[in-house]
Amino acid sequence: MAASPAALKTRGSTKYDAHGAEIKDALVADSEAVIAALNLSDDQLLLTYQRALEVRHFEEQCNRAFRAGKVGGYLHLYIGQEAVSLGVLEACKQGDQVLSSYRDHAHCLILGSDPNTVMAEIYGKSTGISRGKGGSMHLFDKANGFAGGYGIVGGNVPLAVGIGWALKYKNELKENKNICVCYLGDGSMNAGAFHEALNMAALYELPILYVLENNKYAMGTSVERHSANTDLSSRADSYNMKNSKVDGQDYFAVRKVAQEIIDEMRINPAPYFLEAVTYRYVGHGAADGAATQITYRDPSELEEWKKRDPINILGDALRKRGTLTDAKHDELDKSALEIARVAAEFAENSPVCAPEELTQDVYVD
Amino acid sequence: MAEVIMPKMGDAMEEGTLLQWLKPDGATVSIGDVIAEIETDKSNVEVEAEEAGVLHTKVQPGATVPVGEPIAIIGDAAVTSNGASASSNGAAPAAPLASSGEGAVAPATTKEEKDILAVSAATRSGEMKDVGETVNISYREAIRMALGEELDRDENVFLLGEEIGQYQGTFKITENFLDKYGPERIVDTPISEAAMVGLTTGAAMMGMRPVIEFMTLNFALVAWDQIINHTAKILYMSGGQYNVPCVLRGPGGVGVQLSAQHSQDLAHWYANTPGLKVVAPATPADAKGLLKAAIRDNNPVVFTEHAGLYGSKGDVPTDPEFIVPIGVADVKRKGKDVTIISYSRGTIISLAAAEQLAAEGIDAEVIDLRSLMPFDIDTIIESVKKTHHAVVVQEQWLYYGIAGEFAAQISEKAFDYLDAPVERVAGAFVPMPYSRALEQLAVTHEADVIAAVKRTLARNS
Repeated sequence: MAASPAALKTRGSTKYDAHGAEIKDALVADSEAVIAALNLSDDQLLLTYQRALEVRHFEEQCNRAFRAGKVGGYLHLYIGQEAVSLGVLEACKQGDQVLSSYRDHAHCLILGSDPNTVMAEIYGKSTGISRGKGGSMHLFDKANGFAGGYGIVGGNVPLAVGIGWALKYKNELKENKNICVCYLGDGSMNAGAFHEALNMAALYELPILYVLENNKYAMGTSVERHSANTDLSSRADSYNMKNSKVDGQDYFAVRKVAQEIIDEMRINPAPYFLEAVTYRYVGHGAADGAATQITYRDPSELEEWKKRDPINILGDALRKRGTLTDAKHDELDKSALEIARVAAEFAENSPVCAPEELTQDVYVD
Repeated sequence: MAEVIMPKMGDAMEEGTLLQWLKPDGATVSIGDVIAEIETDKSNVEVEAEEAGVLHTKVQPGATVPVGEPIAIIGDAAVTSNGASASSNGAAPAAPLASSGEGAVAPATTKEEKDILAVSAATRSGEMKDVGETVNISYREAIRMALGEELDRDENVFLLGEEIGQYQGTFKITENFLDKYGPERIVDTPISEAAMVGLTTGAAMMGMRPVIEFMTLNFALVAWDQIINHTAKILYMSGGQYNVPCVLRGPGGVGVQLSAQHSQDLAHWYANTPGLKVVAPATPADAKGLLKAAIRDNNPVVFTEHAGLYGSKGDVPTDPEFIVPIGVADVKRKGKDVTIISYSRGTIISLAAAEQLAAEGIDAEVIDLRSLMPFDIDTIIESVKKTHHAVVVQEQWLYYGIAGEFAAQISEKAFDYLDAPVERVAGAFVPMPYSRALEQLAVTHEADVIAAVKRTLARNS
């Protein structure tokens, strides 16, 4: 399954599929073949589309709330990267464990968290999914296997080693053949903890799928400016870890390769490093607006990437096969917007955290 | 002719065992030839010939020989094994250096340190009253006992660290564990402290109970982002969803000429972080009881050991349910004139100081904190209300430290009972120097404790 090292040598700004081959066509994945291979029903496909819309509207709602001063702290939005979380997480099963960075709303929502409690967390209310203690960057949902969003770049990468260890060796867990998915950004590739963790994950053959969301920028520093070797996934070769690249804008491409990797990993535990090439439509954080973005990227770049919008690519494939109609799109889109609005309303109307909550959960009995 | 003596490989070493002769009696040896293998409480050591000549062995394999006693003589062929006729040059061969790398400890020992360790061996904690059968073992062996018992008790407990398995442990804490428990529970790691803590934290989030051995606590600094920003905070950040039951243990403390990067006490840094518990045992019994409590605790516990105490002995309960609760101090010596508060080896130094003070008619009470977070302020305040004087003793740097914390706590909670300001005893505010002469000036001594006690008593208002 892994691309051979030789196939990974030449890199640039071009896109690559799961096997390291250059992506020639925008819609490289044969969506019909993926649908047939995975036996995806129309209902499942529409659910995926609906989730994509829900994530998009949720993030836009967060952005409005931030601009309105209702949300504090930092806010890192996921707009433009939706296919990367959908394609991998829909290949997961109950009991799989997922870690993310601070750009974590989508991963939490797609795993099944209640949008109301996620939004309440972002609003810092006691009804929040982390009881208002974590905020946007530290969503956690143990019941759904979301082991957290983390705010130190690269800091979640070693945690996956421990979760992978438990899934492999803890008696109550090891029979389930669950895996750990750890999302990280291209900025984390140069942190020391990343390298320690990748080595250990491979050394101990742990069932961890590292998903690099290469959105081209570590905050405002482009891959070319932060990495001596811009072929990011090839670094996993150094740790003898299987790796490949995938078009992160194409749900079917991501889903196909993720399903193959995860199915294999459940049988033969070993880590895998998947680089999803994608793009962040918004700034690094809410404070990184158009005025600062112009310091590090050309606005025309965003326009180019929007032509390959992950929701449009998914929608077009569904339309082409008759699964999605304009009317259905409008219905789902309206519903997704409504879910985001209801979540915001729930968050606004939730009580603020009570003073006695301040010192709760520092220690546990 | 030269005697080959049992070398002193560490401050606490008093005897060693001859494992085998690598050259037979009567063999002609050259300088540098490895002639014997001995076992110390720390590690196995190869003994080299310091002179050329004929080896005359004096003891048999398996014999235990006090430090400094001869195990062989190297002389010319005519010399008999009793060595009677040979003229000695009088120079005792220097102790060979241990070959165990990081585990090696310079052999120098002062009389004062011997006194400290003697006091340690005699120390018994408050929990020792009704604990059933005990065995006289070292601090090191007590830690090993606790780890083994908890590995036996709970399949979710596993150990990880550098050189803990195949190598048998840098300080031999985990000796024979790999054979007994296997590589899934005794995990040899690469030198990757951040990933070690990540492994620990992630596994603990999933309900396992990992115990890291840092080869020394100094190396934990490499993992501080993991420890402080992840391990300590995940419970809080997750609103109580994920707790992180794990132990981060290893030797630290000052002394034995390990110089700046390997000789320091940083326990207060951890104790300053919400979410972590921190313990610092001074005696073998407390080491066992606290380590078992730490492993069973549902929070991350930093278990700070003192390398200088590994060889110290004491009576340790054999009961596998012997637990010393975290957060409970121990009055190690009762007294009425002054309260001395310390932890880890500072307690041992304080006890030695108290004995000297007693000879001068000053009756000091010595409180061993044992736990630094949470801490047992009630025991301290109760004592200060009785003695009206307090001295806090630490090995770490003076400023922003544990002594400062307790000076503040006492002034806040028992100001009206104090007859004099709280005195602090601490290490010098310098990176630890290598030179033995300078190191002696930098570390905390019982003379410093005695002087502080006299200062506070002299200021009796």
